[in-house]
Amino acid sequence: MGAATREDICSGALTPRASVPFGHFKDVHQAFAQSGRAPLVAIENITFDLQAGHLVTLLGPSGCGKTTFLKIVGGLLSASSGTIQINGRDVQEPQPDFGVVFQQANLMPWRTVLANVLFPMEILRRADAEAVRAAKQMLTLVGLAGFEHAYPSQLSGGMQQRVALCRALIHKPKLLLMDEPFGALDELTRMEMQDLLLDIRRKTGATVMFVTHSISEAVYISDAIVVFSRRPAVVADYINVDLPYPRASEMRYLPAFTALEHRAGRALGITR
Amino acid sequence: MTRGAIKNSLFPLLGVAVILVVWQLYTDVFAISRIVLPSPLDIFDACAANWDALLRQSWPTFSESVLGFLLAVVVGIPFAVCVASSRILNLTLYPILIATQSIPKVAIAPIILVWFGLGMQSKLVIAFLVAFFPIVVDTAAGIRATPPALLELARSLRASPLQIFLKIQFPAALPFIFAGAKVAVTLAVIGAVIGEFVGSVSGLGNLLLSANSQLDSALAWAALVWLSALGILLFAAVVVAERIVMPWSDAGHR
Ligand SMILES: Nc1ncnc2c1ncn2[C@@H]1O[C@H](COP(=O)(O)OP(=O)(O)OP(=O)(O)O)[C@@H](O)[C@H]1O
Ligand SMILES: [Mg+2]
Repeated sequence: MGAATREDICSGALTPRASVPFGHFKDVHQAFAQSGRAPLVAIENITFDLQAGHLVTLLGPSGCGKTTFLKIVGGLLSASSGTIQINGRDVQEPQPDFGVVFQQANLMPWRTVLANVLFPMEILRRADAEAVRAAKQMLTLVGLAGFEHAYPSQLSGGMQQRVALCRALIHKPKLLLMDEPFGALDELTRMEMQDLLLDIRRKTGATVMFVTHSISEAVYISDAIVVFSRRPAVVADYINVDLPYPRASEMRYLPAFTALEHRAGRALGITR
Repeated sequence: MTRGAIKNSLFPLLGVAVILVVWQLYTDVFAISRIVLPSPLDIFDACAANWDALLRQSWPTFSESVLGFLLAVVVGIPFAVCVASSRILNLTLYPILIATQSIPKVAIAPIILVWFGLGMQSKLVIAFLVAFFPIVVDTAAGIRATPPALLELARSLRASPLQIFLKIQFPAALPFIFAGAKVAVTLAVIGAVIGEFVGSVSGLGNLLLSANSQLDSALAWAALVWLSALGILLFAAVVVAERIVMPWSDAGHR
């Protein structure tokens, strides 16, 4: 596991369009002004490329700037300096063709499940009969058929997070940004959701940037892992995950899997 | 209504029944003067004997309260939206609002009567003034309490300010608005009665005053009972409206 296979992937073995990166991040730096003190440097310098159709996880210790970086990529926060390009164009403001999922499901309690999923389409003024059909299809895909007219308060946490996933995907975003979306779920539900995400990605071909604290989650779902160092964050390691698809839970016990976990743990400074 | 709801409404009824029985026994056993404290049966008799007058006088009080309340809703919600969404308007208007609120309404009632006369308008204005404050304060609080994550979601889709208001801030504020409306509607009845006390030709407050001056305590108490029934009715109407407008609010715990 390591350099040789990493080269293979970068050279396009898994991604035919790898020659032009989908996302290009160079020297991204973010400092927050603090009253009366020196500015807090959250992100020192982040540079890496994101291949189209890839699922890349950002792995790092708490408070190192993963959410900050994700917000910068989503155009929700503008970086102090650096280049952030998606599809060859600079990201400076929110992009409606991105989808966002947060740690909390953040559903609107006054909307039914179906209406929550359709929310982005309403904002983009595309909530027609076709959108309703697509929304119902997505809900079926995530196992929520029959819950279209339920309210979020009637769903479990895992079900709510599935609705949030549908809502993020309904407008067919080019890039899906996920900030610890499964962090609040129990282990079993979490593993189910990981499989669901892999399944959805296979069907939609979406490019995903996924923030997590969990090393095994990162290895299981990713094509590549970007390990952030402690604040101020730099890229401590860039790990290509060359496990075959379809991923299955048995793989978690393969030597190749644990070797990747070990490497990530070393990059995080928790194992030697 | 579920069985639990029926059970729950039995307890307050039981409480009222106990109070009425004790009250009746007290006035009978100690032979209390009917002028000082009429017994529940006296009050019931007064209600029965004067039901047409009570009904007739309820109408002005009812319409003054309801119209004053509705006016407070119609003016108060947009006012609160302006205050909550603009810092400058907030700084300009909020202190004025609080200053006017701290003036006792009984004290300005005579002035309002001078301006609007003895008829319905003056009562409507007083009811409006007392109902306005809770509506504005709660609506503004509700809009400010919109979950920031939802605003961020809207921002990520580049929603327009109008879309953000209509689809997120306003629905998020609805529970607060209804909490304010429940307080406001009962205050509106009090406002209308204050107006009737200060000067009027009709209404339950007027009836109560004239019954009192004739030492007809039973009728005065009957008017009081009628007034509280009116307050409960209006409160219940707001609760029903809340259930209709916000069907999700009790969906989680059915
Ligand atoms: N708007 C802000 N203003 C000032 N400081 C901020 C702001 N947002 C984040 N920070 C600081 O930047 C640092 C990184 O925060 P960030 O939320 O990106 O961390 P994270 O890696 O997502 O952490 P976690 O894994 O716990 O979610 C933190 O020290 C935080 O205090
Ligand atoms: Mg975070």
